[in-house]
Amino acid sequence: MIRVVIAELRKLRRPSLLLGTIATVGGLSALFTSIVFLMINSEGGNSKRGQHVGPAELSQALGLVYGFKLVGVFLGIVSLCIFASQTAQEYSLGTLRNLLVRQPSRMKILAGKFIAMKIFALVMVLFAGALSIAISYALAGRAKVDTTAWGTSAARHLLFESTLNIFISTLAFGAFGMILGLLLRSPISAIAVGVLWNLILENILSALISSTGKWLPGINFSNLGEGGNPDLSYKHSVALTAGYLIISGALAAILFKRRDVAN
Amino acid sequence: MNQAAKFAITASDLTKNYGERAALSHGSFEVPAGSICGFVGPNGSGKTTTIRMLLGLITPSGGSATVLGESIKHPEKYLPSVGAMIEGPAFYPALSGRENLKVLAELGGFPLSRVDELLEKVDLADRGGSKFKTYSLGMKQRLGIAAALLPNPELLILDEPTNGLDPSGIQEVRGIIRELANNGTTVFVSSHILSELEMICEYLVMLREGKVIFSGRTQELLSAQQPMIIARPEYEVDIAKLTSKITDAGYKVMIIDGSLHIAAPSQVSAEINRAAFEAGITLASISLALPTLEETFFEMTGDGK
Repeated sequence: MIRVVIAELRKLRRPSLLLGTIATVGGLSALFTSIVFLMINSEGGNSKRGQHVGPAELSQALGLVYGFKLVGVFLGIVSLCIFASQTAQEYSLGTLRNLLVRQPSRMKILAGKFIAMKIFALVMVLFAGALSIAISYALAGRAKVDTTAWGTSAARHLLFESTLNIFISTLAFGAFGMILGLLLRSPISAIAVGVLWNLILENILSALISSTGKWLPGINFSNLGEGGNPDLSYKHSVALTAGYLIISGALAAILFKRRDVAN
Repeated sequence: MNQAAKFAITASDLTKNYGERAALSHGSFEVPAGSICGFVGPNGSGKTTTIRMLLGLITPSGGSATVLGESIKHPEKYLPSVGAMIEGPAFYPALSGRENLKVLAELGGFPLSRVDELLEKVDLADRGGSKFKTYSLGMKQRLGIAAALLPNPELLILDEPTNGLDPSGIQEVRGIIRELANNGTTVFVSSHILSELEMICEYLVMLREGKVIFSGRTQELLSAQQPMIIARPEYEVDIAKLTSKITDAGYKVMIIDGSLHIAAPSQVSAEINRAAFEAGITLASISLALPTLEETFFEMTGDGK
């Protein structure tokens, strides 16, 4: 399987994808982190859903990762798009037949692809985190935020925990994208369905019937990145995400293994 | 010699149904090891379906087959020794030709040094660094052939390898196929250019509407056909008149490049010559020839002009 991972990484590191992802992730990370610090005195708020986070809160250990946590859900969407397109393009380009002639074990192809994309997602998360922290330090003085607490072991622990949670969240979104790619076999359809579902349909559903939010995949994937919240526990999201991904992943894998490659 | 060593491919009652339609129905044939075997049939006759079954890409609905002595139920046992290009070259457009080959070399566990050797072999060394999407059809086809050669295959399966190639490209591919066969590689090649297949293939498998209608030596097929009398009137205006005379006499006629190809025994030549003379038609030439593979193909598949 290691050969599949190496081959897949060669595809993932092509300049158009790599630079495009770095630019997108860097742009999002810079935007969200800058908003937190540059709009600290704005009446419209400087956090999600118009919330306001002041210098006192940002001066605590949490201030180090505040911007990074905000960008987490968008990293998930980027991950969904990459996993979906990388999987579905094998069908749309007709390259799946080449892969299967060189590696007939379909499960190895699937697992190798997933591992390679995990590595890619990890690099993406680490880059976004590093950039967010650098921008946080750069803008803290201007926003009158004291960074003393950012150097403590509590801040380092929070940083590790947030990075891990955001990485798990991006993997959940990515796996969702990969499953869509396998089912729909078209990058455009897989991305469109994934993005529409997570960014629009889930929000409409949870706004109309608030109790559904607890059971919707995208909301739970995002909650993983945030490390849980008072309305939705981290444990609930872990269990639900695992359940969704195991069941849908198994169905998609069975389909991938048995379906004829006729294009 | 056991069956496995004798035949690179065997198929027995191999069948693939898509709903009510049989893409291949009870196909049985054998491809001798070390031979160049042509795989011919009109579009939609089941060639690509058969090739996909042999490569483990689609599951047969019935029957069985072996490749290099192993059942097609276990493609992992024989695919490391098989090179294939199926239904045209498919690669990643944003990667260069070289990177595309490296992806496949890494996947198959072949040395990366082989990539440059093969680019050289298919005359793409200069353009190996260019993105695949910038390649012409002929270059894409050559890259597909290079990819098929990556494993240094015991069996090479090529589906329409000369599509999009210019005459010199076709000649190069013919050279590559012959060279591989001389080194003991079995080549199973489908093509629409039947004159090409006739030149290089010792064996043929012919399909029509999902059924194998011939499997055996090319020479056996051609010599079993009735010889053709080829008559060429001096003036083209006489073609229709002569055709009518001959068909009235009960013989089948095909018109190819201003000549009448008449399926009839050699002794009919005199009769044709006499009929033409009586009708006031001068024949520029009249000769006897075995039918070409193309003529035989049209005759057998009913796909003639």
